[in-house]
Amino acid sequence: MRLSNALLATALMVAAAGCGSTGSTGSAEGGDIKVGILHSLSGTMAISEVTVRDAELLAIEEINAAGGVLGKKLVPVVEDGASDWPTFAEKATKLIRQDKVATVFGGWTSASRKAMLPVFERNKALLWYPVQYEGLEASPYIFYTGATTNQQIIPGLDYLKEQGKKKIFLVGSDYVFPRTANKIIKAYATANGMEVLGEEYTPLGHTEYSTLVNKVAQAKPDAVFNTLNGDSNVAFFKQFKSAGLTAEAMPVLSVSVAEEEVTGIGVDNIAGHPVAWNYYQTTATPANDKFVAAFKAKYGAQKVTSDPMEAGYNAVYLWAEAVKKAGTTEVEAVKKAAGGIALERPEGLVTIDGENQHMYKTARIGIIQTDGLIKEVWNSGQPIKPDPYLKGYPWASGLTAG
Amino acid sequence: MEAFVNQLPIGLSIGAVLLLIALGLTFTFGQMGVINMAHGEFIMAGAYTAFLLPGLFVPSLVVAFFVAGAMGLVLERLAIRHFYGRPLDTLLLTWGVSLVLQQLARDLFGAPNVQVKAPDWLAGGIGILPYNRLFIMGLAIASVVGVWLYLVRTKHGRRMRAVMQNRRLAATSGIDTGRVDMLTFFIGSGLAGIAGVALTLVGPVGPSLGTYYIVDAFLVVVAGGLGQLRGAVLAAAGLGLLNSYAEFWSDASLAKVIVFAAVIAFLQFRPQGLFTVRSRALS
Repeated sequence: MRLSNALLATALMVAAAGCGSTGSTGSAEGGDIKVGILHSLSGTMAISEVTVRDAELLAIEEINAAGGVLGKKLVPVVEDGASDWPTFAEKATKLIRQDKVATVFGGWTSASRKAMLPVFERNKALLWYPVQYEGLEASPYIFYTGATTNQQIIPGLDYLKEQGKKKIFLVGSDYVFPRTANKIIKAYATANGMEVLGEEYTPLGHTEYSTLVNKVAQAKPDAVFNTLNGDSNVAFFKQFKSAGLTAEAMPVLSVSVAEEEVTGIGVDNIAGHPVAWNYYQTTATPANDKFVAAFKAKYGAQKVTSDPMEAGYNAVYLWAEAVKKAGTTEVEAVKKAAGGIALERPEGLVTIDGENQHMYKTARIGIIQTDGLIKEVWNSGQPIKPDPYLKGYPWASGLTAG
Repeated sequence: MEAFVNQLPIGLSIGAVLLLIALGLTFTFGQMGVINMAHGEFIMAGAYTAFLLPGLFVPSLVVAFFVAGAMGLVLERLAIRHFYGRPLDTLLLTWGVSLVLQQLARDLFGAPNVQVKAPDWLAGGIGILPYNRLFIMGLAIASVVGVWLYLVRTKHGRRMRAVMQNRRLAATSGIDTGRVDMLTFFIGSGLAGIAGVALTLVGPVGPSLGTYYIVDAFLVVVAGGLGQLRGAVLAAAGLGLLNSYAEFWSDASLAKVIVFAAVIAFLQFRPQGLFTVRSRALS
């Protein structure tokens, strides 16, 4: 009985939505295009995801001001994933089925992406995911605008190697991203004559790092590779510094610390340490000058811009470009048109790889400055072809088999 | 070997953090039996007090005591006192309050962590032990001594102990138990505020700060025996050392498991904790 009610309700909903949806799927009569934005606006992840939403809304506003897409205005439908993975799946379904959005921009944690992936594949709808992640994935219905491992972690290791750092210590939060990243790092180290002196994980939200810092101090590595996430970074850097360890003697390379996090950690505690990303607020491109100015004008002069925000901002532009090229918002046509699209973005030239739907991105290593911003000291020279399964790296062959 | 020796002071300094966060709870939970889930948010209030008074680290310890104490007092007067004798309802109530306070902090100070600059005289250290850790150990000892003197040497402290040991007899002896409850809650919450200021030296200062410490605080109070000052001191030191060596030989995740398993096993043999109050009251 309940089942048939549900079926009836679904049928009605589909029928109702069907009537209203002609405007949004791209027929010629003007009107609007609805796009979904799905981030955690409450709960623990809100701290990070709200800023990405802001950047995406800015991009939509700018595109509308420039005349919209296919002569239509973009209308954002914003939903809250609430830092809860089933909620992400549920809201994604709602955006696709009920709001009939043309595409969705959203997610931050890998857990939220994994929760949404089957929803988008089942409904043959599009998701643009804006954060660097652990790779080993290429869904035909997701575009990944953040870095995969060969555009962030491997360049980070190349940098350490160039700096003559032979002995490294791995510190990370205990979940999928750090563990996968560290597997890659260990394989890289073996192939490149580097030595991994230790590998330590702490639970998410861990705040007591004195024992771990003691272990690091005793092991005397040349550098630490840090995949800690969230508030743990604050405790780690405070306790690392007060144990007398310095960025000169033992740099800590982080892959989850951006401009946003520096204030909370305390500039004094982290200045001088390197980070690996594809974009910094200080990246010198004309597109970035415009982005930073527009962001500060809209949200306040004290706001900073960071890599995931820029990747979210890019996602909207890249999608809009693909829609223009396809002449429709129809998903399969957009997917087909997307491959090869190249845009000058704040981080430099970004090209969509049609094969795995990741981006060609330039890797950049930066040093945290005393003013809280990050200064680039090294880059990969040109955009790196995305390789989520690390097929182009012989030493990684054992990693991707499983 | 050097690393092994280093773990001893590290364990004691972890114990000092545990003692500071648990000290307030030995009052509100230990003596009054209130399962106050918002205790962590009083710690958070202390940390934000330090944030609001930049450059005034030591004065902020005092201010935080009164800020967090006042919050505790308001909570006790407005809500908790209507729930005495209903521990499960109190638990839900204070948990709700803790969520409200977290969101309030998010609205007032923003979701990202804020920066509290440690005073310059706490930079540096002796060997593996930084001055800020030594400061926390000193502060923990000073707090315990202060609390002990208060309980043993003052009129109010004596009344507090009387109410704890036998509430009805204390009431018939003319003690205003309602007032004593208020004062107990004020001091217990105030101590959380002091802990919050101290924690800015070693940890993050953000809306979720309290959630990182609340479970450990309860662990110390339960293992030490409800309402027992010396129990809390010994339990904090013991758990700190256990944590330090367990993590040294395994890793942080496993160390947590080992500590919890040890406390569970310990409570099998001594469900009342390390020490108990001997009293003739019928409970």
